[in-house]
Amino acid sequence: MKMTEIADKLKLIPLTVNEDVDTHDIQSAYQSDLLSCVICAAGDKSIWVTLINNINIVAVAKLLDIPVIIITEGALPDEATIDRARLEGISVYSSPKGNYQIAGELWELGITE
Amino acid sequence: MTESPVFTDAEAAKITRVEELAYELVIDQVMTKQLITLDPKETMHAALEKFRVNHISGAPVAKDRDLIGILSIEDLIKALRDGRVDRRVDEYMTTSVITVRNTDQVVEALKTFRQYQVGRLPVLDPSGNLVGMLTKGDISDGLLAALQQDYEAEEVIRYRASHLFEDINSDRTSLILRYNVKKDDFLHGGKASNHIKKALLRLGATPQIARQCGIAVYEAEMNLIIHTLHGGEIMVEIEPHKITMETSDDGPGIPDIGQAMQPGFSTATEEVRSKGFGAGMGLTNIRSCVNEMKLVSSEESGTNLLMVMHLPHQGHEGKANIT
Repeated sequence: MKMTEIADKLKLIPLTVNEDVDTHDIQSAYQSDLLSCVICAAGDKSIWVTLINNINIVAVAKLLDIPVIIITEGALPDEATIDRARLEGISVYSSPKGNYQIAGELWELGITE
Repeated sequence: MTESPVFTDAEAAKITRVEELAYELVIDQVMTKQLITLDPKETMHAALEKFRVNHISGAPVAKDRDLIGILSIEDLIKALRDGRVDRRVDEYMTTSVITVRNTDQVVEALKTFRQYQVGRLPVLDPSGNLVGMLTKGDISDGLLAALQQDYEAEEVIRYRASHLFEDINSDRTSLILRYNVKKDDFLHGGKASNHIKKALLRLGATPQIARQCGIAVYEAEMNLIIHTLHGGEIMVEIEPHKITMETSDDGPGIPDIGQAMQPGFSTATEEVRSKGFGAGMGLTNIRSCVNEMKLVSSEESGTNLLMVMHLPHQGHEGKANIT
C-alpha cells in the first residue's frame, strides 16, 4: 500500500514528506516509545509509530532504514527535527490519535507485518 | 546584484561540487512553478486540508499574483494548539515575507535560508509577481539532478573505495576512522554511527553488516552522550576480514559491569528517559549485533568498549571480504 494513501485514510498531518515515499510498498509497521527496543526489533519495518517527538527519532529511523515515522498523541516535533528528517529523506507525519488507535487503524488497512 | 565570488587557492580546494553547482544554477531552474496558494479569507482548517491533500508544509497567501503573506506548518501547529482552526488564514500568516528573485543564483537562496531560518521562500520575478516557491528540498532536488551528470564519476569512486584493499599491498592493510562525541550532544546523536554506516556501504559492505555495525556504534555513541563526564572518542578500524569498533571515555566508569550488562538495567535520568532512551537495552543490543564484545571500566581510567565484527571469508586471495 502507498504511504500517501495511508496518510489520507488515517487523516495524518504531513510534517515532511519525502517525494520518494510512494516508491515503498508499505506492508509493515512497529510501535514502541523506547529507542533501544525499536533498534532491536524494527529493522526492515516501513512505519514506526511513536509518541517521542525529539530529534533522535530521525537518527534511529535512518539507522534502521525506516522510511516513515508517525508521531502520535498530537505531539509535535520542533523545526530542527523536521529539518533533519527532510535532509535524511525520512517522512514524518503527526496525528492527534494515540499509539493504540493508530496501530489498530494500520492493522485494519492490512498492514499486519 | 551578486558579487562574483573570489576565492583563494586554499579556499578553492575546500569547495565541493555541490557548492560549485550552487553558483551555476539559477533559482528559476530549481523552484516549484506549480503554485498552491491560500486565500487570506480561508479558514485554518481549509488550509490544513490543503496541506494534507497536497502533502506540503507551507504555502504563500496571495491574491492573483500579489503576495500578501505566508503560512507554514508551524502556524498551523499554533492554531491546532490553540484549538482555533476555524479562524482565518490572515490571522495566523506571517506578513513580513522574505522573498528571493527567480533570476538570482541558487547560492543566494541558500544564504537567505541560512540567515532567516525559514522553511520556504516565495520567488518573485523582477516586476514583483509571485512566480514560484522554493524549499531547501527543491534546491537539493535541483542540485541532485545536476549531480546526476557527475554520477559516473561517483561510480568510479565507489568502485575504487570498494577495491581499496585489493589495490594497496601490505602485510596487513586497514582503514581507521575516528569521531569525537560530546557529552549531552543529543542534537548530533547518531551522526558518527550514520557516517560509519555510510562508509561501510561505500567500501562495499552488505546492507546487513553495515546496519549491524551502525546499531552497535549508535548505542555506544549514545552511551558517550548520556553517561560520560566529558564525552569520548569512537574509533573504527576496517580490515578485509573484520571491523573493530571501539569507544573510550575518561569517566565516571561503571561500578558494576555485570549489573550494567543485564537487560533492562539503566542509570538514565528521568529527563533522558523522556527522550526515549534509558530502556537498559543498549549493551544487550550491541552484544546481539557483533561477534565479540569486551567492556572494561574503572573509576580511574574511564570506560572502554570494544566491539568486533568478523567478516565471512571469500575465495579470492587478498580480496576485501567486506562484501
